[in-house]
Amino acid sequence: MSDLDEFRQEVRAWLEQNRPPPPEFLLPESFMEVGTDAQFHYLRDWQRKVYDAGYLGMSWPMEYGGGGRPQAYQNIVNAEMARQQVPFVPNTIGLNWAGPLILAIGSEADKHRYIPGILSGEDIWCQGFSEPDNGSDLANCQTRAIRDGDEYVITGSKIWTSLGSYAKYMILLARTDPAVPKHAGLSYFLAPMHVPGIEVRPIKKLTGEFGFTQTFFDDARIPATCLMGQEGEGWKIAMLTLTFERGAAGGQAGGLSMMPVGVDDVVQLARTATRDGRPAIEDPLVRDRLVQFLIDAQGDRLSGARARIRALCREYPMAIGLSGKLRGSEHRRALCQFALSLEGANAVRWVGDVDAQDGGKWQRSYFNAFSATIGGGTSQVQANIVAERVLGLPKD
Amino acid sequence: MNHELNQLMTFSEEQSMLQDTAMTFFSDKSPMAAVRAQIETRDGFERGLWNEMVALGWTSLAVPEQQGGGGLGLAEAICIAEPMGRHLCSAPFLSTQLFVQALLNGGDEGQHAEYLSRIVGGAIGTVALFESDGNWDLSSIAARAERDRGGFVLTGSKSLVTDAEAADIVLASVRVDGAPALAIIARDELADGALRREIVIDETRRSFAMNLDGLRIPVLRMIEGAAAARAFASIRNAALLLLAAEASGGTAGVLRLVVDYLNTRTAFGRKIGSYQALKHPCVEMLIGLERARSHVYHAASLLAAGADAEIALRMAKAQACDALAFAGDRAIQFHGAFGFTYECDAQLFLRRALWLQYGFGDAGHHRRHLANQLLGAT
Repeated sequence: MSDLDEFRQEVRAWLEQNRPPPPEFLLPESFMEVGTDAQFHYLRDWQRKVYDAGYLGMSWPMEYGGGGRPQAYQNIVNAEMARQQVPFVPNTIGLNWAGPLILAIGSEADKHRYIPGILSGEDIWCQGFSEPDNGSDLANCQTRAIRDGDEYVITGSKIWTSLGSYAKYMILLARTDPAVPKHAGLSYFLAPMHVPGIEVRPIKKLTGEFGFTQTFFDDARIPATCLMGQEGEGWKIAMLTLTFERGAAGGQAGGLSMMPVGVDDVVQLARTATRDGRPAIEDPLVRDRLVQFLIDAQGDRLSGARARIRALCREYPMAIGLSGKLRGSEHRRALCQFALSLEGANAVRWVGDVDAQDGGKWQRSYFNAFSATIGGGTSQVQANIVAERVLGLPKD
Repeated sequence: MNHELNQLMTFSEEQSMLQDTAMTFFSDKSPMAAVRAQIETRDGFERGLWNEMVALGWTSLAVPEQQGGGGLGLAEAICIAEPMGRHLCSAPFLSTQLFVQALLNGGDEGQHAEYLSRIVGGAIGTVALFESDGNWDLSSIAARAERDRGGFVLTGSKSLVTDAEAADIVLASVRVDGAPALAIIARDELADGALRREIVIDETRRSFAMNLDGLRIPVLRMIEGAAAARAFASIRNAALLLLAAEASGGTAGVLRLVVDYLNTRTAFGRKIGSYQALKHPCVEMLIGLERARSHVYHAASLLAAGADAEIALRMAKAQACDALAFAGDRAIQFHGAFGFTYECDAQLFLRRALWLQYGFGDAGHHRRHLANQLLGAT
């Protein structure tokens, strides 16, 4: 047995023995949906346990708390976590976006200060990119950061801040120079959240649950050392962050960031739910749709394998990477939307109804699926990016 | 049931080189003007181009080396089929590959020696499988062969036989004592008037009805029993893979056609490619294409490894042909009024899309089979 096979056995056994017992409450589906303290603590405790066992940040340097091992080990952990459907680890923004960014371009001091807390879950991170008046148009950011001695004074507001209620740090995009063209006037900060002048207000989502906050900055003062890179480099660093966020670049610490909903789960639902008095899986139309979802899902998995063979990606080398978020999020939304149709008349039941299939999980999943088709650049913006950068179509 | 499907993906240096050469070859030799010129000809392809493909060893690449072929397989054949699809080249490569695969897997040594070496010499082969009822089930055969004085006498008709007039050798499916079999027929044995050209949607293709009534063949030219079953399975595998590869190529070709037009044409003071209503469906085409390519190369990898590829092949065929059908349809629309004209090349791709879509089972047909395999029978 190879080292990796042996390791897979080890991880498999560890997860089986150490996965936390199911809580009394319905768990959130992703790091974007953590809405109660009980949910947060349950998930953070789980991250700590996973990290202490050595299964997070396995490929990150040991000097900052990582495992110093090849990425292949972390990939095995991620795959096993998905396979066993264990809870996700909540510090996604730290583990998979801010962390790799700091490791890639941060100072030595930044790495020592931030990376260990990201891995253990001690320091939760959030992202301050979107603003109330410019959802997908990131470059139009209006939050101001004005240098004052060895501090910056922040004024403005960020919205859709996942984990905003729990975060200690924010990756913050703010305008330091309003006089230059919009992309050039932005700067990037690793900003503390617990300073006077920062207020977070929870936002109630379409599901009726909480999960995001709006963050208000009212002359909040942060140390000038929080600036990442130079003033004016904010756009460039934000774009680099997005490559981590969209999975187009490696370097993530790993761990699940959401409860995976796959076609297999919907196939399972089709076996148990009934339509017109028969198991839904016997309906020829249901079967046709399910197989189409399986073909798409398999196509996307195979594209992951193909992307590693350069000779098979020569025509559009960036197509698979740049379309990942668009494909993945839209697939999930369509799948959850379809899942409702398997429940017949019971499709109208919602979370909390005693007769709701799986506790209303599918209805909630469908609504929450929009978070991924909208957040991090809407599918429509993603499509623009793919059209312009992969196909070479003109900008709007 | 577990859907952790195999994800094998391999591509050899040899495949890569072959693909490079074929891309350049068909780009040079099969410009749209040449494709259109062939629409008017009897055979629908240029002999000179076919002879070059023969000389390069492409038409016989799957023939074993001992018969003088390339000793390669379907995984290499897609490196030819994909660029052919992209440039709408109609040389009888696919017909010949189906013939070769059937004979290779169902023929005996004597048949290999006789017919495969002729393929190496440049002969064109084809397969006559379908009948006028339009059934895709290869075992649904009405044509018959009756035993008669040490040979067989055939009756019935085949249809949608590609390249039959240009072909030198044909494998025709018939029923022998009720069981599916394949008769090896020399094209020049067919009676005068036995071939009737069919008028088909893809004008770059040549398709024929083939009347077998009264045709006599010796017993050595009938593939029966388990050998016939192997031959039918290999025809299906090859057809699904090569049609899917051709469709992937076609999607890449038509996507490029559309993107070029969208980058050229202006309306209301802007390049029309800047409008999201046109831009976003192009991304949909691209995603369809990329998924199709992944399925095609995966299925080819499985076949090269000698693994069971039925699920992968059906997925590849369904995905690749749906993607091309969508791209071809949108290509007409996005060319506006020009798209409605015969002169616009988009129609050539749409016609090809429909031809490939309804050959060897459309996506719905394959999804129905996949449902039984992946979800269990009902």
